[in-house]
Amino acid sequence: MSRLVAQPQHIVVIGNGMVGFKFCEKLVAKAQPGTFQITVFGEEPRPAYDRVHLSAYFSGTTAEELTMAPVEWYAQNNINLHLGELVTSVDATTQTITTHKGESISYDKLILATGSSAFVPPINGVEKEGVFVYRTIEDLDAMLEYAPKARTAAVIGGGLLGLEAAKAAVDMGLTTHVIEFASRLMPRQLDEAGSEMLKRKLESLGISIYLNKSTTAILGEPGVEKMLFADGSELNVDMIIVSAGIKPRDELAIKAGLAVGPRGGIMVNDNLQTSDANIYAIGESALHGGMIYGLVAPGYDMADTVVTNLLGGEKTFKGFDMSTKLKLIGVDVASFGDAFASPATSRSIVFEDKAKGIYKRINISEDGKYLVGGILVGDAGNYNMLLQTVQNKIILPQDPEDLILGSRGGASESAGAGVMSLPDEALICSCENVSKGDICSSVTDGTCTDVAGIKKCTKAGTGCGGCVPMVNDLLNATLKQMGKEVKKVLCEHFDYSRQELLDLVKVNNIRSYDELLHSHGRGDGCEVCKPAVASIMASTWNELILKQATIQDTNDRYLANIQKGGTYSVVPRIAGGEITPEKLIVIGQVAAKYGLYTKITGGQRIDMFGARVDQLPDIWEELINAGFESGHAYGKSLRTVKSCVGSTWCRYGLHDSVGFAIQVEERYRGLRSPHKLKGGVSGCVRECAEAQSKDFGIIATEKGWNLYICGNGGAKPQHAQLFATDLDTETCIKYLDRFLMFYIKTAEPLNRTATWLNKMEGGMEYLRQVIVEDSLGICADLDREMQFMVDTYACEWKEVVNNPELRQRFQHFINTPEPDPSIRFKPERGQKVPVV
Amino acid sequence: MIQTPPSADRLAAVSFWFKAAEVSAFPENGGACVKYQDQQIAVYHFAKRNEWYASQNLCPHKQQMILARGLIGDQCGEPKVACPFHKKTFSLLTGENLNGECYHIETYPVKIEDGYVYIGLRD
Repeated sequence: MSRLVAQPQHIVVIGNGMVGFKFCEKLVAKAQPGTFQITVFGEEPRPAYDRVHLSAYFSGTTAEELTMAPVEWYAQNNINLHLGELVTSVDATTQTITTHKGESISYDKLILATGSSAFVPPINGVEKEGVFVYRTIEDLDAMLEYAPKARTAAVIGGGLLGLEAAKAAVDMGLTTHVIEFASRLMPRQLDEAGSEMLKRKLESLGISIYLNKSTTAILGEPGVEKMLFADGSELNVDMIIVSAGIKPRDELAIKAGLAVGPRGGIMVNDNLQTSDANIYAIGESALHGGMIYGLVAPGYDMADTVVTNLLGGEKTFKGFDMSTKLKLIGVDVASFGDAFASPATSRSIVFEDKAKGIYKRINISEDGKYLVGGILVGDAGNYNMLLQTVQNKIILPQDPEDLILGSRGGASESAGAGVMSLPDEALICSCENVSKGDICSSVTDGTCTDVAGIKKCTKAGTGCGGCVPMVNDLLNATLKQMGKEVKKVLCEHFDYSRQELLDLVKVNNIRSYDELLHSHGRGDGCEVCKPAVASIMASTWNELILKQATIQDTNDRYLANIQKGGTYSVVPRIAGGEITPEKLIVIGQVAAKYGLYTKITGGQRIDMFGARVDQLPDIWEELINAGFESGHAYGKSLRTVKSCVGSTWCRYGLHDSVGFAIQVEERYRGLRSPHKLKGGVSGCVRECAEAQSKDFGIIATEKGWNLYICGNGGAKPQHAQLFATDLDTETCIKYLDRFLMFYIKTAEPLNRTATWLNKMEGGMEYLRQVIVEDSLGICADLDREMQFMVDTYACEWKEVVNNPELRQRFQHFINTPEPDPSIRFKPERGQKVPVV
Repeated sequence: MIQTPPSADRLAAVSFWFKAAEVSAFPENGGACVKYQDQQIAVYHFAKRNEWYASQNLCPHKQQMILARGLIGDQCGEPKVACPFHKKTFSLLTGENLNGECYHIETYPVKIEDGYVYIGLRD
C-alpha cells in the first residue's frame, strides 16, 4: 500500500495495563501532534488501573481511585480506546490484527503490552469453587462476594504478591494462612534471617505461615473444604487464593509466530523489538536477557525506550535493578542492589533486633569502598538513601555500619550527609526516570514550591510513590539552600503556620475570617484554611460558631454529625456517662417521635441517627426543654470525658471518678481545638475508664490523682504518658488548663495531642517545664485564657432554637420548605437505616 | 447582568432561566440548594468576587446530595467547592474534579436580575 508522506503512523497497542497506559502517556507527551495515530485494545472492561496498589481496594479505595486516567483522557489525546475487546490474532506479514468482534485493523508498529496472568500450579481440585487468583479488579470483586461465606483462607505463595493477597484476606476479616513451597518468604527478595523476621512479624499479626510446604490436592464438594500437602499434613480452609507467580501473556505472540522463551515470554532485543522488527513487546510479557520483569518501574522504562526509538531517538533497555520497597500488612520490607551478595566478593554487616522485629543487612564490596546491596525488614526508613548509595557508587564513610545503625558520634558525624550529597544524576524516581537534578532545578527555577507541584511538573513520585519522602527532603533542602525558610504554611491562601495565625488574630484583634483573609491572606480561601481559622477564632474569642457559618466544616455549620444519605445524628451530652432514668426516657421519646435509629456510642453516650436537617432545631428544642444540651460529637472540640463507676459504688474505687469526670467535661465542653479531644477518669488503678488511651487521663491514687496526657486510640493508638502524680483536684485542673491551652495555641491543624507531643523538641520533659515550672513565663496567660473560655461558654444549640433567623437556615432547599426527597430508609433489626 | 462568565457555547445552550430565589436568601461565601422540578442545584455566592456559580447538588464520588453544604474557595484562582463528605473538590468553572480523579459535575450559568438569582438550564 502506498501512502502519502504526511499521513500519521498508526500505532496499535495491545493491552491497557499500567505499562500499556504509560506507553500512551509518554508517546502523546513527547510526539508532535499528528505524527501518530494511536489505537489501544484492552480486554478488561475498564481503562488501565493501578495494580500495584490493588490491595487498597479491600480497605475502601474505589476502582475509580485506582484508575490511571479516565476514558475521557484517551479521547482528549485522540487515542482510539477499545475496552472489553480481545485481540485474537496478529498477522505480521500483512501487518494487521483481528479482534474477537471480527474487526481487522492494520498497523505500522504494534506494541504488545499484554502483561501477565496468574500462574496456577496444576494441583488436583484447583478448579473448585472458592479458589481464586489475585490479579484484576474482577478477581477482587469475586473474592469479596465469596468471602462472607468463608471464615478461613489460605494463600498459595509466600512471595511479594502472595503476601499482598494475604493482606487482602486479613482485610476481609478471614483467618489467614500462607503456604510457601520454598524454605523462606519472599525468596526473591529476602535471605533466611530476613524471612524469619518477617515471618515472626506476620505471625504476631495472626497470620499462620507454612514454609517448605507443597500443596498436592484441594478437597471439598462443591466448594473448597480442605487442602492436602506433600508431607501428609492437611488444613481445613473455606477459600484459597493462588498467588504463586506470574505467567507472561504470550499466547498471541506464539500464534503470530514470534519467538518466545522456553519458559514463556516474548523475546525482545535491547530496543524491545520482537523477532518481527515492527512489533515491540513491553512490560511483564517481554522476555529481555532471559528475565521477565514483574515490577512496574522496569515496565515504564521499557515504555520510555520504545517511545524514544519511535521518535527517532536512541535508547536501549539494559536490564533493570529489581530493588523494591513495600509495606506488607504494616511491615516494611525492602531489598536493593545485590541483596544476596556472596561472601566471596563482599562482606555483610547485619543488625538484628528480635524484640522490635527489625532486620537490616548491607553488603559491602570487598575493598570496603562501595555498598552493593542489602535487605531491610521492619524498618526501611533509609531505603532510598541506601539505594542511591548503591546506584551512584558513593564512597562509603569509614564506619559503614552507621548507614543502618545511625551515627553514634565519633569521627564520622557526616555519615550519609543526607540527600543533598547525591550527585545530580542520581535517579530519585525510577518509575518515571526523574533525577535529583531534575527535581532540584524545578525548585530553583521557581516552577515548583511544593511536593504537589514537583509531582505535577516532573512526574516524580507519581508511579509507585516510594520516592515521595525523598522528593520532600530534596524540596526542603533545596529551599533551605536558596535561603528560603521552610515553614509549615496553612495552605495556598496563608503564608503562615497555624500558631502564627493564632497570634496574629489575637494581637490584631481580628474577629472574622474575611478580615484575616483580607489583611494576611489572598484568594478566596479553601476547605483547609476556613475550618482551621474557624477553630482559631473559636479558641480565641469563643463567639457563637454560627456567626461565621460558611467557614465551618459541615458538622459545625449544622451543629450535628452528618451521616450517609445526608441526614444528621444528634448525641445529647451525657457528661461522664451519668444519666437519670427520666432523661433516658426523654431520649427514647424523642427518638421514637422523630423515628430515629439509636445506638450507644463508644464514649458513653446515646446517638440518634437519621434526623433531617430541618428537624434538628425541633429535636434540640425538646432536648433542651428536658434539661439536656445536644453534645459535641462533632467538630474539633472536646468530645467526652469517660468515667468508670468510681468510689460511690465500686468496692475498689478510691475517689469519685464520675463526679470528677462530670466536672472536667463541663469545664471544657465546647472548647475548640486543633483536633478532637477526649478524656477519661478512672477511680483506681484497674483503669476501667481506659483513661490512658485519651488525650488526658486521670487515675485515682491513694493520695490524689495521677495525670496522663497525649494518648489516643484510633488508627495509630498511642498510650498517654504519665505527666504528674498524686495531684489534688485543683492542681490537676490547673495543669489540664495549661496543657490544653498550650496545645491549642501551638499545634498544627488536625494534629492530635499525641502527634503534637511526638513532634515537640524536648518532649514530655519540656512540656513539664512549661506547665509546671513555667519556664516560658506564659502560665498566667494560659490560666487566664482558659478561664475566659470556661466563663464565656454558651449552648450553641439553644442559640439556634431561640433565634428565628438562625433557625431558618436549617432547611434543605432555599426555595421551598420541603425536605430532601432523595433521603430513603429501609428497616434493619427493628430500626431504620439509610439506603444509599 | 451575567455574574459568572461562562463560555459562549454554554450560554447558547441555555434554553431558559429559572428564577430561584432572592439574592438575600443565599448565604455569602457559601452554598445553598435550589429545587427545580426533580433537580437539586447547588448555588454558590462568592461575595468577595461578586460572582455566582451553580452545579449539581450530587457529589459523584459517593452519590451524596450534599455539595451545597460544602466549603467553597479557590485553587490558584479557580473557584471550587469541596464536598463535605470526603473533601473531594470540583472546579466551578469546568465541573472537573481537582483531586485528579475521573468524575466531574455539571455546572450551570447564573445571572442576577432585579435582586433575584436565575440559573441557566437546558431542556
